[in-house]
Amino acid sequence: MPVRPVLALALCLLAALAGCSRAPEPVTFIAEGRPEHLSDWHVLNVTAGRLAPNAGVLPYDLVTPLFSDYAHKLRTVWMPKGQSAKYSADKAFDFPVGTILSKTFYYPRGAGAPDAVLRTYDAEPGAPAAGLDLSRVRLIETRLLVRRADGWTALPYVWNADQTEAQLQRTGDEKILALVDAQGHGDKFTYVVPNENQCASCHVTNLKTREFTPLGPKARNLNRTLAYADGPSNQVARWVKAGFLTGVPAGELPRAADWRDPQAPLAERARSYLDVNCAHCHQSNGTASNTALRLDAPGPTDWSLGLCKASVAAGKGTGDRIYDIVPGKPDDSILAFRLASNEGGVMMPELGRSTVHQEGVQLIRDWIAAMPGHCQNDTSIKD
Amino acid sequence: MQPIRTSRRLLALAFAAAGVLAACSKPAPDASVRAGDLPVDAEFGKKLQAQLLDAKPGTVIEIPAGRWHLDRGLSLRVNGVTIHGAGMEQTILSFRNQVAGPEGLLAQASDFRIEGLTIEDTKGDALKINSGDNITIRGVRVRWTDGPKTSNGAYGLYPVKTTNVLIEDSQSFGAADAGIYVGQSRNVVVRGCRAEQNVAGIEIENTIDADVHDNVATGNTGGILVFNMPNLSQPGHSTRVFHNKVDANNTANFGAKGTAVASVPAGSGVVVNSNSLVEIFDNDVTNNATANVIISSYFSTGYFSTKGVQPGYDPYPRGIHVHGNRFAGGGDSPDGMELKVLKTAMFGLNGHFPDVLWDGYVDPARANVAEERLCVDASASGVLNADGPHKYKDPKVVTDALRCTLAPLAPVTLSAPAAAHASAASI
Repeated sequence: MPVRPVLALALCLLAALAGCSRAPEPVTFIAEGRPEHLSDWHVLNVTAGRLAPNAGVLPYDLVTPLFSDYAHKLRTVWMPKGQSAKYSADKAFDFPVGTILSKTFYYPRGAGAPDAVLRTYDAEPGAPAAGLDLSRVRLIETRLLVRRADGWTALPYVWNADQTEAQLQRTGDEKILALVDAQGHGDKFTYVVPNENQCASCHVTNLKTREFTPLGPKARNLNRTLAYADGPSNQVARWVKAGFLTGVPAGELPRAADWRDPQAPLAERARSYLDVNCAHCHQSNGTASNTALRLDAPGPTDWSLGLCKASVAAGKGTGDRIYDIVPGKPDDSILAFRLASNEGGVMMPELGRSTVHQEGVQLIRDWIAAMPGHCQNDTSIKD
Repeated sequence: MQPIRTSRRLLALAFAAAGVLAACSKPAPDASVRAGDLPVDAEFGKKLQAQLLDAKPGTVIEIPAGRWHLDRGLSLRVNGVTIHGAGMEQTILSFRNQVAGPEGLLAQASDFRIEGLTIEDTKGDALKINSGDNITIRGVRVRWTDGPKTSNGAYGLYPVKTTNVLIEDSQSFGAADAGIYVGQSRNVVVRGCRAEQNVAGIEIENTIDADVHDNVATGNTGGILVFNMPNLSQPGHSTRVFHNKVDANNTANFGAKGTAVASVPAGSGVVVNSNSLVEIFDNDVTNNATANVIISSYFSTGYFSTKGVQPGYDPYPRGIHVHGNRFAGGGDSPDGMELKVLKTAMFGLNGHFPDVLWDGYVDPARANVAEERLCVDASASGVLNADGPHKYKDPKVVTDALRCTLAPLAPVTLSAPAAAHASAASI
């Protein structure tokens, strides 16, 4: 493809102008071990005050993302030359050995204290194609998923204060941040970087096979437009064009509802939100299958979705409520209660957040409020 | 990690703790047991988690004596690992200021063995084992040191979706749901354990083939529970509850509403709910103020809803055999207004319920199937049928009608590795 060399040349020229004498090294797939530094992989470069994808590394975004304490995410995919993923209509694509997926968690900086980060949905200028202006953002961590011969390896790297390098933290980390609005008002919270096992808590979606899989790059969640450096394009089409994806069928591809799209049907937005935020555990063979609550979409709309279903192992997580979902009554529904909590042992999801996703809670409340019917409660039977 | 200061001090501590356990009826939160002067190492949690990440099949992780503070839950995903502490009085993992978890230790692994330590004050469950074969928990204590509180973690020792499980010589204090809970599992032995000040002391739920014996359950809301809840991966059956001491489980129910155990009245000794083939024998069941034994259906929990229950769920307890127990006291001060009124109306202000309280639900289609009856022998003072199906309109003592016997259930046999653990420990 002619675009890549031209782009590399342009980057070389830029680097030369900036006083740097050599071009960035190409992406390096490291087949074993746990490299100590993110820079060992050369997936993302810190140059001229920006964090940007290396040549040949494609940024991507999801239709409905996982909530992670309001962090923004710069996602990238890279595959060795000549390798491509196989399309799947419903599961994550089948990626070749050598694939490196990266996800950088960052916040636009807030006004005031150095640890103030902005609670906003507004995208950073130029992101994701042109990377991030490091003077505007606070980098927290970059998680790599690397497809090796024996399966996927998860590597959590935590950024230093100077934002020049990220160091491997296999056992995770904690950052105290203040999440503030545009006026600088907000609260402190502890951002928790997961340990390697906690990565697997979500990425091993089937407790029987124990297979570790990526979660985001599914057809339904990639099927949207992204502003690339050379203009907007559908992401699936771009992956095909870049040689990253084969086996895409002709015709309409599945597309998840965007949880924030007011034009989309409420139920589809809610189910899409639950699918992304809950279903990695709450599915038929998932970690939370012992609760019999299934939140994967599309799935049946019955007791398994929580309708009039008593809790199984919630403990104080019931909040003194009887059923997971009581149609029309969000205040009586355990599901809404647990999403609205940030207390350990109560909150759901139980990993990956310390704050409450207010807009997500509102969506689920609206969805429950709009449900018809009630929970018929026959506590005695006639014989 | 630092060594323990002096062995004499430790010995004194162990004696003090043993004294408390033996003499006092509320041993859980005691300053001398909390070992506040044992060494603390802030980096300990990270080191231990790294060991759990690096473990290979066959790895034994030794946790030295000490009181270790951890602020994040631990997790293990490797098969064949043993975690070995210096003893439940010596090695204490405290999660009092936990920021992430919610469990103390979450193991998703087979051939897993953990012994000789205490896990305390976790935000959520203390020790959860989710899916795995050959699980041994021995000499592990879990506790919430502020005593019974609704905000305590739900489960203490919590294997779920497991097979070949041995829980032995272990203890749970203060769980807001069940202290020792085995769910959706098969081939389970719980023995030599102590459960105190939990909502449910020991609970076997949706589990096939369990032996619960030689345990002490006291000071809980309900002592030993054998339940079947709807919608789960398997209905349970075949549990033997024998040679346990189930005394004075009269603690007010502090479970959150909506949990299965929240429906258990304070003062319940052994409770069967919707489970089948349960044999309760050779136990000392005493001083449980609602009833020493309760046999009930899911209809009595208050959670039944036509929409919310998977079709095919069996809400009836079938084939329940209560025989050869030693009962004393109990039934004299039932929990809840309805039961109080019922007791007073039938047995007088100073009277008491008979040893067995039954809600009276019977599958009308199979009422006469001999193997599915409730059978209670003369070691119990009697059985009261509370007439739940008719809104408790016509309760009556049905002692004589239930004087039948059922075939004994087969003992549980653990498969080789768990059994090997068991024999190694007894040498």
